[in-house]
Amino acid sequence: MEIAEKIKTGDIRAVARLIRDIDDNISDAREVLKDLYSSTGNAYVIGVTGAPGVGKSTLVDQMVNHLRKAGKTVGVLAVDPTSPFSGGAILGDRVRMQRHSMDEGVFIRSMATRGSFGGLTQSTRSAIDVLDAMGKDYVIVETVGVGQDEVDIVRSSDTTLIVLIPGMGDDVQALKAGILEVGDIFLINKSDREGVDKTVSDIRLMIEMDEKRYKDGWKPPILTAQAVFDKGIKELLDEIEKHRLHLSSNKGMVSTLKYEKTKNDLYEMIKDKIVKEILNDIVNSGEFEDAIRSIIDKKIDPYTACDKIVSAKLKSNIQ
Amino acid sequence: MNKERRVRILVAKPGLDGHDRGARIIARTYRDAGFEVVYSGLHQTPEEVVQAAIQEDVDMIGLSSLAGAHMYLLPRVVELLREKNADDIVVCGGGIFPEEDIPKLKDAGVKEIFTPGTPLTEIVAWVVKNVSPRGL
Repeated sequence: MEIAEKIKTGDIRAVARLIRDIDDNISDAREVLKDLYSSTGNAYVIGVTGAPGVGKSTLVDQMVNHLRKAGKTVGVLAVDPTSPFSGGAILGDRVRMQRHSMDEGVFIRSMATRGSFGGLTQSTRSAIDVLDAMGKDYVIVETVGVGQDEVDIVRSSDTTLIVLIPGMGDDVQALKAGILEVGDIFLINKSDREGVDKTVSDIRLMIEMDEKRYKDGWKPPILTAQAVFDKGIKELLDEIEKHRLHLSSNKGMVSTLKYEKTKNDLYEMIKDKIVKEILNDIVNSGEFEDAIRSIIDKKIDPYTACDKIVSAKLKSNIQ
Repeated sequence: MNKERRVRILVAKPGLDGHDRGARIIARTYRDAGFEVVYSGLHQTPEEVVQAAIQEDVDMIGLSSLAGAHMYLLPRVVELLREKNADDIVVCGGGIFPEEDIPKLKDAGVKEIFTPGTPLTEIVAWVVKNVSPRGL
């Protein structure tokens, strides 16, 4: 309870420690999050995603700069990948944002993707709530490069920004079915490079072909920028503001989005808990090891083994 | 219970010193040892280093210094941590230090100094022995 109060008054140490505990999956952190929930929902959440090296960190740094000049407070969550081999990570997004570290109105936190049990999305989502509860006006979430998980983070953002660079060609094709479908704003960074017109027209074509996107009246704008020179950042923030107004002007859409977000959050949370509590039990039981051997020895097929283990576990849990 | 606790380390280069290869190698070494490393880059003031360490809730700060300003920069970081009630964060130094400065730095609260030629495995072993996540 006391920790929750500290968070709400913006105590940096308390916020930093709570995010650590969330990341480390400490059960006390969950209790604090319960107390904080009623204080969330005030921050505007911007998700920034795109392939590695497109300039996400530099862009976030400039966005923070502009938002601070406008008198807004900002929380930044920057996610970098965990090594699948050692479990360690190098979190380097801060390098580009260092000038804000002495600014009391900015809180920057680097997070690693960590394990495979959905830890990224869950702890990032919870960390957004913490920065929201500490009173930040904006929370910017910078994801790792492109993949399935980022679509999840997108669900937690009010505005999702997709960052590209000219000349990605085939990469753009590869992205087509995933992340490009969920962008609210597209930004072509490093626009001094060759091929910017082609990239803009590729994205435009893709958007034009996707009629579903227009239903709510918001057609994703395509902007260009040179983040490192602070070019195009003001225009970007203007578009984000337009998108914010667009969202808030449509009551029906606000409640639909809120419903979808809450549904997704709860779904993921239940999934995590089931995985943690039931799957771990199964994996640590002798039965699991026995099944692996039987499958290798062709005494049983994996489908039957799976059905048997799961139904036995569910029955024992009900009892 | 604390299986998922992971050591977090801030690797930083304070002062006007542009030689960051050592810091990068150390960062990579820590990553390979399973630590989470926040690398904050060049030209940091001690104030910036401490602020980053607190926001990132790290267990240790590794400061690289090759330009001779260590007698100011390293003790200043320790001092600022104390002021902020964050002196549970371990401070280490790596780089080129005259022999006679090392005891003085340790007196000032720098926990360990690693000089050129120290095997990386030795540094990792020191961290494993002396730094634990959240002091647990």
